[in-house]
Amino acid sequence: MRKSMASNRLQPDVGFNFWMRWSNFQRRYAPYIFISPFFVLFLVFGLYPSLFSLYMSFQSWTPSDGWGRWKFVGLENYTFTFTDPMFWRSFWNTLWLGVFSGVPQHLIAIPLAFVIHMVLSRFKTFVTAVYFLPYITSSVAIALIFNTLFATHNGVINLVIAQLNTWPLLGALLPDQNINWFTSANIKYALAVVVVWQFTGWNTLLYLSAIQAIPKDLYEAAAVDGASRWQQFRYITLPLLRPMMFFAVSLTIIGNMQLFEQPFVLLNGGASTATPGGQTVTMYMYRTAFEWLEMGTAASIAWILFVFIGILTYLNNLAFGRAARGGD
Amino acid sequence: MRRILVLWALLALVGLGLAQKTTLTVAVFPNLDDSLKAQIPLFNKKYPDVEIKLVIQQYADHHNALTTALATGQGLPDVAAIEIGFVGRFAEGQGFEDLNKAPFNAGQFKRLFTPYTVAQATSADGRFIGMPVDIGPGTFFYRTDILQKAGVDPRTMITWPGYIAAGRKIKSTTGSFLIADAADVAWINIFATTPANNSPYFDEKGNVVVDSPRFVRAFELAKNIRAAGLDARIGSWTNEWYDAFKKGTVATQFSGAWLQGHLQNWMAPETKGLWRVQQLPEGMYASWGGSFYGIPTASKNKALAWEFIKFVTTSEEAQIAGFKAIGAFPALLAAQNDPAFNQPVEFLGGQQARLLWRDAARRVKPLKANKYDRVAYEILGTALSQVLDEGKEIQAALAEAKRLIERRMR
Repeated sequence: MRKSMASNRLQPDVGFNFWMRWSNFQRRYAPYIFISPFFVLFLVFGLYPSLFSLYMSFQSWTPSDGWGRWKFVGLENYTFTFTDPMFWRSFWNTLWLGVFSGVPQHLIAIPLAFVIHMVLSRFKTFVTAVYFLPYITSSVAIALIFNTLFATHNGVINLVIAQLNTWPLLGALLPDQNINWFTSANIKYALAVVVVWQFTGWNTLLYLSAIQAIPKDLYEAAAVDGASRWQQFRYITLPLLRPMMFFAVSLTIIGNMQLFEQPFVLLNGGASTATPGGQTVTMYMYRTAFEWLEMGTAASIAWILFVFIGILTYLNNLAFGRAARGGD
Repeated sequence: MRRILVLWALLALVGLGLAQKTTLTVAVFPNLDDSLKAQIPLFNKKYPDVEIKLVIQQYADHHNALTTALATGQGLPDVAAIEIGFVGRFAEGQGFEDLNKAPFNAGQFKRLFTPYTVAQATSADGRFIGMPVDIGPGTFFYRTDILQKAGVDPRTMITWPGYIAAGRKIKSTTGSFLIADAADVAWINIFATTPANNSPYFDEKGNVVVDSPRFVRAFELAKNIRAAGLDARIGSWTNEWYDAFKKGTVATQFSGAWLQGHLQNWMAPETKGLWRVQQLPEGMYASWGGSFYGIPTASKNKALAWEFIKFVTTSEEAQIAGFKAIGAFPALLAAQNDPAFNQPVEFLGGQQARLLWRDAARRVKPLKANKYDRVAYEILGTALSQVLDEGKEIQAALAEAKRLIERRMR
């Protein structure tokens, strides 16, 4: 009672008191409220599902049984996945694809960015945009188009090979029959082509922005000392690109290890059964969860993949990271 | 004055509420929705106050959405269509009403359906979760024009060796392939040789039988066709597949009778009159596909949902309407006696194909659904591709498949 009297004396007007408190409140909490949309969305769609999947990886749950009808099984899902030949096959497929669709991206993108930067001046933006276009095209549309290109009987790629076959020297090297690109043995190559085609432009853009940040006087000084274009590339551009390489390679590792849409659509979803050679870990996870309804096992696959991506990123950090932190 | 207005508004609202139709949500996949669209007006004649809201998604999306909805108990339709590939899995869960129990008492209707369908929708512990709506008697499609050009009598193809011999003749004289994918020959053999009351891959006790002789034979036939270069190596449901049907790249195809509807409506309408059907080789009869309607436990309108399902599955009128719309073979026996069955099928050059399919449907042995049917189907599909594409030994591939399926049965 006395307290309220006292505060009344200090803030005689009730309305004034309210606005005062509001002002204090919003001064203190406004920043949190303004950044809350991110955290709310992250909690609901990022953190909660992640933690739930971690929890789920220790349970056995057939989702069609209904919410809450899961059973604790301890590490059974993990031991099952680690001893599952189908998981390992999809794992090696993913690793193979990761290397053969990842490395070429960078081997093409770095020289390409250098050439675009050095040679093109007027059309630089336009050319970069053209290379970037596949990246912003929907993966599904891309896979559908490549599906048509790789078609066994009327696909453009096989028609070109058949045409080249009639040439004297090349003919000996090429197969006589149409290549079926959608068999287990061949699908990997087709997939690698699609992925390289789609993501090289993105990496080119990354490298181009890094090259543009390299001070011009370094090149000028080198030119004065008589360095050739190749030497400039080898001794100036490449070393200074290492931080960007770290970043770009990290993104490629994370992206390629989770390759899903391209193989899923190229293999027509269900047809993946018949082509185990093109099945990636994420596709196998999807099948386990939504076709075989083994949510717990699928969650364990997700976490094993997560740990593996973590290890690869760490190795990449060892290779490029020192430069990225500026301690070369 | 104002009060009176408010009163009027309230009355109007109440009136609206009374007159408002009850909405029943029905989730389906194409082209079952086309059949429903033909059936709904008939249903509304009987129940004018019920509005049917269709939720249509592609086959895979539909079953995914259904799984997710069952998992969370949220957003479930009142009636859900279930395709044969999923019915075993859903039957084992608790997500669907057991229609054997009151108030449904579906037991009284079971004798109305093609016998094998009832077993398909029944779980191991005897719960019955879906009323059969259509069935897929397995049948043998062939291109009469290509066979004529090659001088092959379709009747010589009713044994498997005869089928392969005809394939060689067709390939050498016309250049057309015998079949799109040799794997389909393996599948039709596996489905057709399943003993009564078994699942295709499991025996009565639930043991995996994928290494038994009937699987070896099925794989051998497919391998022989592949080795002779008689299949086009085109996967089902791809653009190349549709293209092959259009251009006559392939001369035959095994499938459910429903393929005729797909061919006629969108895959290859221009080949009208060129196709014929006959029974499968060696007196085989198989079920290839089929759909069911079930009531999710979470449905809020179970009584009405049941009326709707009863109407579309047990009324002859509704089944015939669906049949005419998409050519999906009615599961209801009475509907199979409709005069529409005697009518020649234009697309098949005026053949009375429906009588042939009806005969086949009545000879298919009852199959049991198993919880792991889909797992087994996919693992066996992988084994088959290893045999056909990678040259793996049949015995080894089947033993491996058996082991992988058994591992999954946890």
